[in-house]
Amino acid sequence: MILSNLPALQIVLPLLSAPACVIARRTPAAYAIAFVASWVAFVISCLLLWQVEHAAGGVISYHLGGWAPPWGIEYRIDSVNAYVLLIVAAIGAVVISYAGPSVASEIPEPKRYLFYTCYMLCLTGLLGVTITGDAFNVFVFLEISSLSSYILISVGKDRRALTASYRYLIFGTIGATFYLIGIGLLYQVTGTLNMADLASRIPALTGSRTVHVAFAFIAVGLAMKAALFPLHIWLPNAYAYAPSVVSAFLASTATKVSIYVLLRVYLTIFGPAFSIGSMGINYLLMPFAIAAMFVGSAVAIFQPDIKRMLAYSSIAQIGYMILGFSIATSLGVTAGILHLFNHALMKGALFLAMGCVFYRTGAVSIGSMEGLGRRMPWTMAAFVGGGLGIIGVPLTCGFISKWYLVSAAIERGWWWMAALVLLSSLLAIIYVWRVVEVAYFRPAPADAPSGEAPLLMLIPTWVLVVANVYFGLDTRLSVGVAARAAKALMGGG
Amino acid sequence: MNDWVGVYNYWIVVFLMMAGLYIVIARGNLIKKLVGLNVFQASVFILYISMGKIEGGTAPIIEPGIKVYTNPIPHVLILTAIVVGVATAAVGLALVVRINEEYGTIEEDELDELEEQERQT
Repeated sequence: MILSNLPALQIVLPLLSAPACVIARRTPAAYAIAFVASWVAFVISCLLLWQVEHAAGGVISYHLGGWAPPWGIEYRIDSVNAYVLLIVAAIGAVVISYAGPSVASEIPEPKRYLFYTCYMLCLTGLLGVTITGDAFNVFVFLEISSLSSYILISVGKDRRALTASYRYLIFGTIGATFYLIGIGLLYQVTGTLNMADLASRIPALTGSRTVHVAFAFIAVGLAMKAALFPLHIWLPNAYAYAPSVVSAFLASTATKVSIYVLLRVYLTIFGPAFSIGSMGINYLLMPFAIAAMFVGSAVAIFQPDIKRMLAYSSIAQIGYMILGFSIATSLGVTAGILHLFNHALMKGALFLAMGCVFYRTGAVSIGSMEGLGRRMPWTMAAFVGGGLGIIGVPLTCGFISKWYLVSAAIERGWWWMAALVLLSSLLAIIYVWRVVEVAYFRPAPADAPSGEAPLLMLIPTWVLVVANVYFGLDTRLSVGVAARAAKALMGGG
Repeated sequence: MNDWVGVYNYWIVVFLMMAGLYIVIARGNLIKKLVGLNVFQASVFILYISMGKIEGGTAPIIEPGIKVYTNPIPHVLILTAIVVGVATAAVGLALVVRINEEYGTIEEDELDELEEQERQT
């Protein structure tokens, strides 16, 4: 009974926990609810992945309220979204475990239960976007997650968090509305919102101007949501000034989910034959992806604020994910999806490490990090671990995704692209090394605060760092599922 | 000619859409930007509502004598989108109030200047 209703529980449990946090009101109770709900969501996502891997045809179709698709809303889970669900839920659970002390130091007591409420709403929204098989439902969940993330960002200590959040609100709403226009136009010509049903009707309509316009609107809207260069303007400040917990959570999940929707719309709904074959969306996105890789990394080098540096590095990493898609082979899409998974681990670890630094020293600027390697050895070791992943050093998961990206490029005979991927990785060495140099090779000022962050924060950080290394050595889960997911997407179903 | 005038509601949609987006981009006042955003969203609501309406169509009830139905689904979808729009406006306005408390201004260029000063110190 419970096992057959897992898809609904995946969404309903975190959703119900949000009002429960409001009712509980006291911070420890609200935190306990959010903590339990996040971990249960994680367990459910693991079970769902297991079910999908063993389901006939590799797809679970869940009809909400018993209404059969295409009339009712369908939750449709295949290896692609089971994989993304696992990423989102895992990061959600790890970050909430870390949240206690960090939130206590950054957010005033009376607001904390509302903070956890918004956190759970954001998690619900992201999981909902991923799990649903209904194009309009995607919009609704996208807005649930976005609205709660505007609030989460705006409670940052720095007053610039407010303007960052406002800017994100403007960009996010325009992006989501563009998506809504696209879906509306598709509904106009097909009369359906179910993704599988849309996919079966669109091939007959590929000559329609309406479909072409919808195609363009959705591309721009989702690129905005995913912060693909040059539509990334909202991202750096939003991640830099948000509370540490929020930066870590959003950086590893929000843009990934948008990229998932992009893949879903273009490969499942429009189908590779139309979107890649006749519209050539991959050639449209490719220059932007390459520009993102270089511009993001190059700007990151000059950022004095380390959280801002990591945010620019995220823009570059989004470039790699889109680049995988734009190679447009099964191997390329595998590389893109794989990087989605690996980047969530790496960026999560890096932002959590910065959260520890902020907790202890109250700043994350490069100037305040002198001698931090000795003052906070475990935290900085975690930062180095995540940084090695971003560079793509062997034995970390970053290496695996770069490896697949490079081999996908070479498989297409695009040597220049493989060279560009490697060149842009060199830029990552510079910005990671900059931090390492200051933290390890400069003496600490005499009056600098010393001592490690609490264990409650260090353990979740290290869980992600260890996962970083683990998925760099044992790739059966990450590559295996990513390859099956890519096959499901590229195989037209 | 009739083809162009007959779809006049879509012309309204296009006009509102462009006007709304233009206000968001061109105006520096944060409240005006939000108004522009709402106009932009409202245009999409009209787009959805227009496509569901059939001239002479009734509510979808099975009844003898009723032949033409109007599709209620786009209308219902837009109810959801209106709620989303209201929530967005509420969060946006709340943010503007907080920005005004912290910076003492809601003009974009003045905010940029203040933040630039903050970055240099």
